[in-house]
Parts: sequence; C-alpha cells; structure tokens
Amino acid sequence: MSADHLPEHPDFLWRNPEPKSSYDAVIVGGGGHGLATAYFLAKNHGMTNIAVLEKGWLAGGNMARNTTIIRSNYLWDESAAIYEHALKLWEILPEELEYDFLFSQRGVMNLAHTLGDVRESVRRVGANKLNGVDAEWLDPQQVKELCPILNISDNIRYPVMGATYQPRAGIAKHDHVAWAFARKCDELGVDIIQNCEVTGFLKDGNRVVGVQTNQGTIHTEKVGLAAAGHSSVLAEMAGFRLPIQSHPLQALVSELHEPVHPTVVMSNHVHVYVSQAHKGELVMGAGVDSYNGYGQRGSFHVIEHQMAAGVELFPIFARAHVLRTWGGIVDTTMDASPIIGTTPVENMFVNCGWGTGGFKGTPAAGLTFAHTIATGTPHELNKPFSLERFETGALIDEHGAAAVAH
Amino acid sequence: MLLISCPNCGPRDETEFHYGGQAHVAYPENPDALTDRQWAEYLFYRDNTKGAFAERWVHSTGCRQWFNMLRDTVSYDIQAIYKMGEPRPDANTTAATTSEGATK
Repeated sequence: MSADHLPEHPDFLWRNPEPKSSYDAVIVGGGGHGLATAYFLAKNHGMTNIAVLEKGWLAGGNMARNTTIIRSNYLWDESAAIYEHALKLWEILPEELEYDFLFSQRGVMNLAHTLGDVRESVRRVGANKLNGVDAEWLDPQQVKELCPILNISDNIRYPVMGATYQPRAGIAKHDHVAWAFARKCDELGVDIIQNCEVTGFLKDGNRVVGVQTNQGTIHTEKVGLAAAGHSSVLAEMAGFRLPIQSHPLQALVSELHEPVHPTVVMSNHVHVYVSQAHKGELVMGAGVDSYNGYGQRGSFHVIEHQMAAGVELFPIFARAHVLRTWGGIVDTTMDASPIIGTTPVENMFVNCGWGTGGFKGTPAAGLTFAHTIATGTPHELNKPFSLERFETGALIDEHGAAAVAH
Repeated sequence: MLLISCPNCGPRDETEFHYGGQAHVAYPENPDALTDRQWAEYLFYRDNTKGAFAERWVHSTGCRQWFNMLRDTVSYDIQAIYKMGEPRPDANTTAATTSEGATK
C-alpha cells in the first residue's frame, strides 16, 4: 500500500440498475455510511437482495465534503470502543475491499492552547491508553519536532501549550473509499440506485413496508436511514422526530503545494484543522455555522476566522491561496455522539447524528448498523448510541473530543 | 454572511448576533408532571425544518435584545423579523411576499 501517488481514474465500478419492485432491505443514503452498511449486510449477514437509494450521485454529499480525518482518541469508553473499532477496520479494509484508498497513518495532533485544554487533553490521553487507543501527550518542543512548520512561539494570541498525538490516526482518500465500498457492494449483488429520492414511506400500522421514490414504489421489509443532514426530513416523513439539528459545516482547499505538512493538526480552541492531501492541497476545516441550514453553504466570516487561526499557527501558509470552499450539512446531537439503532417505527432503523465526525466512523457505522438492521437488535458497539439515551439521560458527552464545536 | 435587520438597531452583519435555535419553545408549566419522554422532548428535541423556520437571535454586540426571525433554512432568506412574544407570522403568507422583500 502506498500513500505517495494517485492511481489512474478508474472505469465504472458498479452497475446502474433500475430499482426492483421489492428488496429485503433498503438503505436510504448512498454516502460512505450507506454503502458500508450495505457491504456489511451482504458480507456478514448474507443479505444481498438489498438496495442503496441515493437522491443525488453516489457519495456526493458529506462523503465528498469532509476533510478525511480518521482517529479514535475519544474520551468515553463507549466512544473509544466504536471509533477504535472503526480505526482497526480502516487498517484492514484496503486489503479486504481490494482497493488502495490511500489510508495514510500520518498521525493526528490535537493542540492545547489553554490550561483548561491541557488538563482536558492529558486526561483524554490517560483515558485513551486505558481503552487501548494509542495516545501520547507532547510538549511544545515535541510538537515542533513532529510538525516543524507549526508556530510554537509564545508571541501568538493562543500559544501552543502541548498536544495529544495519535500516531495511528491519519487521512484517506474519501471518494476512493466510497468507490471501494460501492464496487464490493455491486459484486455482492447490491443494487446502488442513484438519482432516486425518497418521497415517503409505506406503512402497515406502525410497521414500514415500503419506500416511495421518484423512481416508483419499492416494497421492502426493512429500511435503514443513513442520510446525515437530511435524517430529520426522512424521519418526519416516517412520522417520528430525531434530536438532531442540521448545520452547515465548511471546509476549503488551497492550490497544490510541495509536501510541507507531515501530519494532521487540529485545534479545538482556535477552530481549525489542517492536513495536506496526497495531491498537495492544504485541506482545512472550520467549526459549524451557528444557524440551522440545509443550503450546503455557510457564512464567509467562518472561513475568515479559520484562515486567521490557520495562518497564525502555520505562518508558511500566509501566501497560499484559497482554491475552493464548500459546505456540507452535518447532523449534530446535543451530546456530540451519533445515534445508531431502532426507531419508533417498526423495521425502520436510523444511523445519524455523526455531526462533524462521520467520515472516520464509516466502517464501524456500517458494521454496527448492518448488524442492527439484520438482527433487529444493536451490536455491542452501538448499544449505548441508542435514541433512548436522550430519555434515560445516559448521554455520551464528546464535545471535548469531537474537536469541533457543535 | 447574513445581513440581519435588528428591530432596534437596523441592518447589521451576522457577526454581531448569536443564534438561539428554535423559537416558541415554552418552558413546561409543570415540569415535575412530565414523563421522561416529555422531558426529553423539551430538553433535546427541536424542529429541524427544511424550509421556513422560526428561530431566535440576540443582538449580542448591539442592543443585546432577543428577537424572532422567520428564515428559510435552504435559501437562508430572511422572511420576517418579529418581537419576542409575538406569534409566528403565517409562513405561507410570508413566503408569498418574500419576493417583494419582506425583510423588515
């Protein structure tokens, strides 16, 4: 596996079938999570008479808009378990899917800029170690050694006081990940149906029995929702509510540069995260826009703020140019943790609420959601991430480790 | 960036304001009488409307007053701004006048 060069653009990797009149299960949403779910349904549970419905083009939503960071250094046991399982899957998936999607374990640093940050970070490193997640605490000098272009001077507004570091973390080529899953799904007999928008659900009492789409009605025994920012819209069609709010989340890239940035640097406090893509663009992300939005765009001042933080931390970036900016719609929960489980509608399941961090969770979302759909009960890993936790109060507060203000 | 017409100060940049989420969510009259489900609804469940959405904003660096706004969450067009305590303007009527610039 090499992370040094990009392969040629591939030929078509999946069929574009007409939807059949019925399937054993239908996944709504053809992004990373939907495709991974279909893959694990087929591979682990032998469910191959299934379809993935995508209202636009395959992986054209948040899968095409994220900053591709993969890490598992979350605070609580429940989160560490599911994200670390995801990371372990990322490590074997290129071989399993027979597709080198350029998973580059170049490490991720989470900077600390205040005494509060330092305390929280050191605590998280300890918690990570207890959960078998590789984590270290770095002092500013060690930060500089690992990432020489970082400004660790005392003369900036929020000096770098140290960082947590996860060596096994990194980035992957997001669209190749989607294509890898899509090709395997297709080989296993899964129908991937693009430009197929769900407009309603057929119910028999409280049980879902079908999906209405702009390509006709599809009967099915089970429905899995994996629609990220549009989850609330689908839930409303099905007759229930979700405790999520959809916000625009923006990111941007510079023009191509020689390799200058050896790792991934995230700062919760000054609100920027930066890596350098395989092609050479600097990829930066920001915090969410404050208001609810479905417009796949946000306000310019958010980008301005993240660029200011980026340039202060990395003075070398001052003369880089913004090549393009974009926004995705992220589905945030009040505890910054996802929801994967059953819904008030029988035979309808939901995977949502991944908010700003869904990409890294893709393999574990797929694995656990497939298990939940196939068996009707959650996998050990997603049991704590049920919709019921908002009633029982067993919240999993990951605002610290989610690294972006929700 | 949104240009928001504060009812007290006039049009100002979005950066002067803070967002307060869904409007017209009243504190329960008898919180101790609620079931866990109802309490969860009050604490954690908010509408996540795609389209015209009534929401609260506060002019943090201006008059520091809260007000309500009817805004389209897809186009981000501001359809109406109205005072706290006033009922939500009928979304359909407001949508019909948006093209003429209903923003006050």
